[in-house]
Amino acid sequence: MAGTLAEKVWDAHVVRRGTDGAPDLLYIDLHLVHEVTSPQAFEGLRLAGRPVRRPDLTLATEDHNTPTLDIDRPIADETSRTQIQTLRNNAAEFGVRIHSLGDADQGIVHQVGPQLGLTQPGLTVVCGDSHTSTHGAFGALAFGIGTSEVEHVLATQTLPLAPFKTMAITVDGELPVGATSKDIILAIIAKIGTGGGQGYVLEYRGEAIRALSMEARMTVCNMSIEAGARAGMIAPDQTTFDYLQGRPHAPEGADWDAAVAYWSTLRTDEDAEFDVEVVLKAEDLEPFVTWGTNPGQGLPLSGSVPVPEEIADADERGAAERAIEYMGLTPGQPLREIKVDTVFIGSCTNGRIEDLRSVAKVVRGKHKADDVRVLVVPASARVRLQAEAEGLDKIFLDFGAEWRNAGCSMCLGMNPDQLAPGERSASTSNRNFEGRQGKGGRTHLVSPLVAAATAIRGTLSSFADLDAGVPAPDGSPLTDLQTV
Amino acid sequence: MEKFNQHTGVGVPLRRSNVDTDQIIPAVYLKRVTRTGFEDALFAAWRGDPAFILNQAAYSSGSVLVAGPDFGTGSSREHAVWALKDYGFKVVISNRFADIFRGNSGKQGLLAAQASQEDIELIWKILETRPGTEITVDLESKTITCDDVVVPFHVDDYTRWRLLEGLDDIGLTLEHADEISAFEARREAWRPATLPAKHLPPVEIVAARPAGVPVEIGRGPR
Repeated sequence: MAGTLAEKVWDAHVVRRGTDGAPDLLYIDLHLVHEVTSPQAFEGLRLAGRPVRRPDLTLATEDHNTPTLDIDRPIADETSRTQIQTLRNNAAEFGVRIHSLGDADQGIVHQVGPQLGLTQPGLTVVCGDSHTSTHGAFGALAFGIGTSEVEHVLATQTLPLAPFKTMAITVDGELPVGATSKDIILAIIAKIGTGGGQGYVLEYRGEAIRALSMEARMTVCNMSIEAGARAGMIAPDQTTFDYLQGRPHAPEGADWDAAVAYWSTLRTDEDAEFDVEVVLKAEDLEPFVTWGTNPGQGLPLSGSVPVPEEIADADERGAAERAIEYMGLTPGQPLREIKVDTVFIGSCTNGRIEDLRSVAKVVRGKHKADDVRVLVVPASARVRLQAEAEGLDKIFLDFGAEWRNAGCSMCLGMNPDQLAPGERSASTSNRNFEGRQGKGGRTHLVSPLVAAATAIRGTLSSFADLDAGVPAPDGSPLTDLQTV
Repeated sequence: MEKFNQHTGVGVPLRRSNVDTDQIIPAVYLKRVTRTGFEDALFAAWRGDPAFILNQAAYSSGSVLVAGPDFGTGSSREHAVWALKDYGFKVVISNRFADIFRGNSGKQGLLAAQASQEDIELIWKILETRPGTEITVDLESKTITCDDVVVPFHVDDYTRWRLLEGLDDIGLTLEHADEISAFEARREAWRPATLPAKHLPPVEIVAARPAGVPVEIGRGPR
């Protein structure tokens, strides 16, 4: 029978079919663990006297609480320190591999899995973190789970799951210069809404998706959850295989050939049917920013803050009124006139080497706007090392930015990297919820290119707003930015 | 898990859509390593506002939350469910729930009851007209009773069965341990394993230091 990519991966992992409305029991290939959502799960195992069934399919990293400065000193915040120490103790007790702060393989869990080559096509990947959808960029079925489910996977390496519905999101055509994968996903969320994906696995398809690099695909899949979807997927292709080959945990020799042969079958059949199909034209996309307090409240940067009275739907109107008040904006105000205090470049959405390269390309030889602080936080220690090997750190420091150690950082402000009340950020992260980046903080979600231009001008800006004829300072064509 | 059959308690009308998990419990409260004691963290940002619904005497002892659509969106944090439970909530009623939140609720014995938006509007009006009105939620018949209004709600059959029986998921799954082992025996050998660990050569990571100039933060809006 013809199937979609998601259905094929699902079917390959069914341990036991559910009957009479019971869910299927699915095998989990890779379980990623971090310090925030795991302590109570390990505690549950301990109380029940259960071991971790497959430590060899489990990997822990420290990311949410880790500081991005002075990482060689004890963590100042006692509760953060305790939580990280708890993960270390649990990993030691249960035999789980862990990459701790200061280790070259430490970093945001959704960067560490891919960079080690552990995230591969056709796998089921789970983590107690909603942005696990990131791994779907490889054609894996990857989704976030709660702590009870973390405990369940630790104990059984399986999860009982009710089937998902499938949604195809096709992005045809070619992205204009200055528009990126971040703009694709922000536009998708604005189109289908924060609840539009509920109950669905999204499959991103089409020319514009195929043209994206592996890292850009991760950005798209990463934010599937912001549309309410359990997972987002992209069929693996040569781009995927090229990214994986040679990574520490990628198959080798005959295993590689067997794996590629299997991975090549992981695509939606021509005659397979999706429950829902959505189509976007890449040509229509331009840099997108959010103005409100959920990721669906976004508009092209050329737009203006909505005027609530003009919104027909009462619920949406109320939500817009509240968001505009919280964000300290004026209805009708052009988005380009919004001044920011802080620019945050990082997170599991946009903290990868290509993101940092694109920012460096824009800011090289320039200085940031005087009253803006700029934080650059690589997604992992390896990304930081790579950036330093390429000299990007110097570019950021000359620009007036802070060059930090790796972690989740200001994306959610569990460490000291927070917005103060009323402070406004342009952030390459994934959520603009009230208080997400610090109590009372105001977040505008943007692409790395918009973040870079905004750091230069001090107001929400795109690449096109920079001085006329700004060619990439290294002389490479602007169109290179498209691959970002 | 405790069996859930029927619950009666004060209804709390929360007229907001997209109540995300950062609102239910901000990230700063996620640093604890315990599974209980999160009641103070529930809606922490909003509880500072005296007008917030839970700060009104008639609703403060509520146990049935009646919220707008898309409740529980955002992060996977099960702490959101723990905070609601620790505060005393047994049921959340909404027109739409985020998938992960709904799953987490089911594991923890918090009933996520899906009702139509029209019915929710009806219940909101009753609760706002007569603060302190009790709601009865019956899982057997899948009905919500609020004064003279009786409306149906939806919950998937499997979750309903587990809640009614008070069953623990892990125990249920481990009854099929032999099938899990059989599946493992069939897995391709080249599928990745985290152990033995492979990685690029270790490199010393240099700690970043605070920038030379003190950063002035909290300049406030402009």
